[in-house]
Amino acid sequence: MARKTMTPRTPMPHQPADERVGNFNEVALGYTPEDARREAERCLQCKKPLCREGCPVEIDIRGFIARVAEDDVPGAYEVIRKYNSLPAVCGRVCPQENQCEGRCILGKKGESVAIGRLERYVADAFAASDACEEITGKRECVMLRDDLKVACIGAGPASLTVAGYLASRGIGVTVYEALHEAGGVLVYGIPEFRLPKAIVARELDGLRELGVDIVCNWVGGKTITIQDLLDEGYDAIFIGVGAGLPRFMSIPGENLVGVFSANEYLTRVNLGRGYDFPNHDTPVFKAEHVAVIGAGNVAMDAARTALRMGAEKVSIVYRRSEDEMPARREEIEHAVEEGVRLRCLCGPLSFNGDDKGRMESITVQKMCLGEPDESGRCRPVSVEGETETIPCDMAIIAVGTRPNPILLEATPELGLNDWGYVQVDPETGETSLRNVFAGGDIVTGSATVISAMGAGRRAAREIARRLLGDEAAD
Amino acid sequence: MGYKILKKQELIPGQTTLLVIDAPQIAQKARPGNFIILRVHENGERVPLTVADRDPENGTITIVYLVVGKTTAELNTLNQGDEILDVCGPLGKATHIEKCGTVVCVGGGTGIAAMHHIAKGHAQAGNRVVAVIGARSRDLLLFRSELSEFCAEVRIATDDGSEGHKGFVTEVLQGLLEGEEDIAEVVAVGPVPMMEAVCRVTKPFEVKTTVSLNSIMVDGIGMCGACRCTVNGETRFACVDGPEFDGQQVDFAELKARLWQFKDQEKTSLEHFHHKGCKCHG
Repeated sequence: MARKTMTPRTPMPHQPADERVGNFNEVALGYTPEDARREAERCLQCKKPLCREGCPVEIDIRGFIARVAEDDVPGAYEVIRKYNSLPAVCGRVCPQENQCEGRCILGKKGESVAIGRLERYVADAFAASDACEEITGKRECVMLRDDLKVACIGAGPASLTVAGYLASRGIGVTVYEALHEAGGVLVYGIPEFRLPKAIVARELDGLRELGVDIVCNWVGGKTITIQDLLDEGYDAIFIGVGAGLPRFMSIPGENLVGVFSANEYLTRVNLGRGYDFPNHDTPVFKAEHVAVIGAGNVAMDAARTALRMGAEKVSIVYRRSEDEMPARREEIEHAVEEGVRLRCLCGPLSFNGDDKGRMESITVQKMCLGEPDESGRCRPVSVEGETETIPCDMAIIAVGTRPNPILLEATPELGLNDWGYVQVDPETGETSLRNVFAGGDIVTGSATVISAMGAGRRAAREIARRLLGDEAAD
Repeated sequence: MGYKILKKQELIPGQTTLLVIDAPQIAQKARPGNFIILRVHENGERVPLTVADRDPENGTITIVYLVVGKTTAELNTLNQGDEILDVCGPLGKATHIEKCGTVVCVGGGTGIAAMHHIAKGHAQAGNRVVAVIGARSRDLLLFRSELSEFCAEVRIATDDGSEGHKGFVTEVLQGLLEGEEDIAEVVAVGPVPMMEAVCRVTKPFEVKTTVSLNSIMVDGIGMCGACRCTVNGETRFACVDGPEFDGQQVDFAELKARLWQFKDQEKTSLEHFHHKGCKCHG
C-alpha cells in the first residue's frame, strides 16, 4: 500500500466557470461514492484526532469518516447528526481549511483530508437513500417532556442548532422567525449557487420531523417580546437574531441610487428570488459595471451574484492586498475564475453621482501596506495624492454589520458589551437575564455559520443540563 | 396558513381599498405610526403598508392601499374571506405621543389613512387635534367621517374646489399657523412633495414637524438598508429608526431619487401581471 500521506486529495467536480456564470446552479457538484471512499481512505484515523478539536460543534469526524470508508452512509450520517443539525449546509459553507481540515495531521506535510466535502457527501447521499426516513422519521421525535418548552428567536444557524439539539432530547422548541422563510443567512444571504435553498429546506424538514415548531413572520421585540415569552411559560429562551444592520462607510454619496448594502442586494436575489424576475416579483437593480466594496465571503457572494445577474464587469475593491482578503481562498478563486476582477489597495473616498442622484463612479484612494495591526494583518496606508475614479453604475457595500436594534431596544434590561452586542457567559451563552441565552452574530458580530452553530450548541447543552439534568447534556 | 381578510371596502373604486385583516398578535402590539410588511403569494414581493387602525379585542388590523404596482394590483384581486400569505409586524417605531396641546395632522391622498391612526393616538392622549386633509376632489377624501369623530376640527382642501379650500393643504396649514392658536406639533403623512411643502411652511414658525417616510423596503427589520435616508446629515434607516422623523432634517431630494430606483422593473412587473393575469391562486 502506498503511504497515505502521499495520496493526493480527491478533487471536487465543479461546473465549468464559463457555464456557471450564466446560471444560479450549484458550482461544486459533490463527490461520487468512489470519490468519497477514496478520500475517506486517506484518513489516518488518528488516536487523538485534532480535527475534532477544530470543529465548533465537535463532530466525531474520525468516526464518520471510518464509516464512509466502509460505504456505510447511514452510519456516517447518524454519527454526524448527533452533533450537527445542518450537515448538508456545513459541508458546503464552513471554512474547513481554518477548522477541522486546518488541524488535520496530513496537512502538515501534504494535503489534509477533505472533511467538508465528505460531510457534504454523507448528508446528500443519505438524503437520497432509503435509510433517510428510517433515521429522521418520527421514531425519534417523541416529546419526552411535554412540560418543557424553549423558544428561539430568529431561525438562523444558531437557533436551528439549539432547536435540533433540544428537540432530539425531547424538549419542545418553538422558533420565531421575522422573515417569511426560515434559515436566516442560509436563505437570504448565501446564494443558490453555493448553497441551494432546497438543501436548506431539507434540513428544516428534518428539524420539523423532530417536532420543532417554526413560526414565520413573528418579529422578536415587536410581535413578541422576551417578557411575553417568559409570561407564556417558556423555560428558556435563546436569542439568535443575527447581526442585522448593514454597516456603511460614512463617505459622501453612499445613499445615491445604485449604492446598495450586500444584505439588500443578496436578500433581493436570494430570499426574493430576484434572479427569476419577473416570475418572482422582487426587483433587482441592473447595472453594467459593479464595484463591490470589501473582500469577505459576503463580498465574493455579491460579486459572483452580480455577474450572474448580467453585469459586464464586476470588481472587488479592497484596501489591503489579495493576501489579506478575509474570504475563503476557494471563494476568491471561484470568483476570479468567473471573471471578477480584484482591485486591491484601493480605499473608497466617495461615490459620485449625476444630477438625478444616480451613482456613476467611485473615487478611491490608492493604498500601500504598512506594519501589521492588532489583527495581525498589514495596515493599509494611504499613498498621498494618488486617487483614481472608477466608473461604475452600481456599488455593493460589504464591509460588515452592526447589531440590529429591534430586540435590544425592546429589552433594555439585556446586558450589552462595549460594541453593542449581547453580553453572554462564554461557557454557557447565558445573558444577563436568567434562562435567557444568546449566540451567533448578535453576540460576536458577523462571523461564520459554524461559529454561530457552535454558540448554539454551547447554549443548548446548558439548557439541557438545567432542564433535564447533567446526563442529558453531552 | 395565511392571514384572513375579514372585510374589504373600496374607498375609491379601482384606486384605494381598505382591508380589515385577522392578525391578533399584530393587533395587540400595533401602535400609531407602525407599519406591516405583507406578501400576497409565494412569488410575491415584500411590501410595507402603514397600519391605519387596529382593534385588539377583535384581533384585527386595518390597512389602506392605493393600487399602484403589481403587488397592490394583486392584493386588490383578493376578496373578503381570502388570505394574504404573509403579514409581518408591527414594524417601525411608534409615533411619539404625549400630551402637548394642539396637534395639526396633515394628510394627503392615501396618507390620510396612516395619518388617521396617528391623529387618533394624539386625541386619545388628550391633545386637541386639527386634521387637514387634501385630495384632488371631494370624492377622494378618505377617513373624513372617522376623523371628525375625534378631531376638534377637520379642514379640507381640494384641487378643484369641490369642497373646502380650493388649493393645497399647505395653504390651509399656513392659515392655521398664522392664526392665534398655539400649535405644539404638525404631523404630515402623504406624498413626498406634500410632506416637503409642509416642512417649508412650518419652518419659519419653528413648529415641531413630524413626517412619515415611505421609503422602499425589503425586510423592514433593519437588515438590508434599502430604506436609508439622510436625516440631519446622518444615514438613518426608516424601518428601525423611523418611519417618522423631524421633517426639517430630512433630505427630501435624496428620498425622491431613491423612490425611483426600481421604476423600470416596477413597470415590467406590472406589464407581466397584466399579460399573464394573477397567478396567486395557481
